[in-house]
Amino acid sequence: MTQRKLAVVSAGLREPSSTRMLADRLAAATAEALRQQDTEPEVTVVELRDHAAELSSTMLTGFATGTLSTAIDDVVAADGLIAVTPVFTASYSGLFKSFFDVLDADALAGMPVLIGATGGTERHSLVLEHAMRPMFTYLRSVVVPTGVYAATSDWGTGTATGVLGDRITRAGAELAGLVASRKPREAADPFAAPTPFEQLLAEVDHSDN
Amino acid sequence: MTMQFGIFSVGDVTPDPTNGRVPSEAERIKAMVAIALKAEEVGLDVFAVGEHHNPPFAAPPNPPVLLANVAARTERIVLSTATTLITTNDPVRLAEDYAYLQHLADGRVDLMMGRGNTGPVYPWFGQDIRNGIALAVENYALLHRLWREDVVDWQGKFRTPLQSFTATPRPLDGVPPFVWHGSIRSPEIAEQAAYYGDGFFHNNIFWPMTHTKQMVDLYRRRYEHYGHGRADQAIVGLGGQVFMRANSQDAVREFRPYFDVAPVYGHGPSLEEFSAETPLTVGSPQQVIDRYAAMREDVGDYQRQLFLMDHAGLPLSTVLEQLEILGGEVVPVLRKELDAGRPAHVPDAPTHASRVAAAEQAAETAERTTDRGADAPAEVL
Repeated sequence: MTQRKLAVVSAGLREPSSTRMLADRLAAATAEALRQQDTEPEVTVVELRDHAAELSSTMLTGFATGTLSTAIDDVVAADGLIAVTPVFTASYSGLFKSFFDVLDADALAGMPVLIGATGGTERHSLVLEHAMRPMFTYLRSVVVPTGVYAATSDWGTGTATGVLGDRITRAGAELAGLVASRKPREAADPFAAPTPFEQLLAEVDHSDN
Repeated sequence: MTMQFGIFSVGDVTPDPTNGRVPSEAERIKAMVAIALKAEEVGLDVFAVGEHHNPPFAAPPNPPVLLANVAARTERIVLSTATTLITTNDPVRLAEDYAYLQHLADGRVDLMMGRGNTGPVYPWFGQDIRNGIALAVENYALLHRLWREDVVDWQGKFRTPLQSFTATPRPLDGVPPFVWHGSIRSPEIAEQAAYYGDGFFHNNIFWPMTHTKQMVDLYRRRYEHYGHGRADQAIVGLGGQVFMRANSQDAVREFRPYFDVAPVYGHGPSLEEFSAETPLTVGSPQQVIDRYAAMREDVGDYQRQLFLMDHAGLPLSTVLEQLEILGGEVVPVLRKELDAGRPAHVPDAPTHASRVAAAEQAAETAERTTDRGADAPAEVL
């Protein structure tokens, strides 16, 4: 049995949090689909609420400290990412965006990502398509076709096997398919193989000598 | 001089948060001169100054102007920069200004190249920040030649070509000022320093040691790769930031209001968090000694340690007191402790005198080789 690492980022603020509930169900669906492909998932959950103060410090200082630094390492080193945010003021929450703002620009390049969002009404469901998907496209991640939006009505009136459940299962299968078919990700080390200086010189050299 | 200790200043004009007082530009500029003179008086080795073109800074837009003034009023201290913008300054201008300063200061000059960290500065000088690395590479390659070749023909990407050009005056004693390359995050600049066998300065004052160590390790490895010596013979400098009182609780109490709203990190991490992650040390002189004597455990034996002492709105009188403590109680002990464990093959901090001596020795060796002729037996060195 092969192994793959899944990271789950949840930007929910309350306890219990519907954002975290959605994140957990997406993680469970992905894990189940991976096991069916003979792949054992190792799941790490990052609750951004725990790192809220560290994130604002990181914005100012430019470097991550303490448990945030560990959380970033976990996410960047994962083979697949599940990212879930509440909808605040017609978009992802500021806390959610802050986490991705402090990552290196290339940190999530090529990363399979499943996006999810929660909100009070279903009217905001396109936040998945107009806010979240473009952000991960910018980061050059590979976002699976199915994003999952859960409104209050999904939790209140739906059933675990209803429409929301179907979407969760489908999205999890899509992410599992991408994760299982790829080699484990390797973190790039910019210090391991620097561009040789002769090459840097050649790039600006227009002289005759 | 085995290792050099000094101060560097960015000349920020920051309100004193304890009383709201903002120094005038005139006051801040004269304060920097007073700080430089005090640095020499208390026995420090280096005074380095940044270059700035925008408020709220009163650092010189052209450091040699300030450094020439300090040179005229000091005897011993080495004058340097932190940093000289290699991206937006014309390398011809740099070659001439710093060579001139070398003559005025009797060789007590070196400089640190930096790219600058603010985007808006580039277009003010007709440049584009997206070319930052390329500008640093091309401009320094030209500067390096202008100081070493009497007549230069040159053509590049970013400035007009040169034909039969002689940068004037020529460097003092035919030896260019020693150059440090400063960079916080760019492996390309560590690579550049290594390629030329120049010094590498990591201004780690806002960074955790894990990061500093990666950059210094890279520079050391590549210094050896380019054949300038062993990795542990590369020339390394570090930044530092301290505030001291005899009683460490007093130091914390006095510095905290300045820390809490300081430029760069203010309103962010707590003083305690930031002290744990970066070289900032607020406490007794002994705490500063302990912290800085241990830096070599992470980066190896190094050549230059610069402290940021005048910033965040600290009044001049406080800065001068801090320099008294630094020069009087801290640096003498650090010198002794760091010299004690230093292997003999690790080079001393380069100075004009040591570079002139090295140049003379190289010339003699070359002469002997020529005299001996082709048939003479090879000398075993």
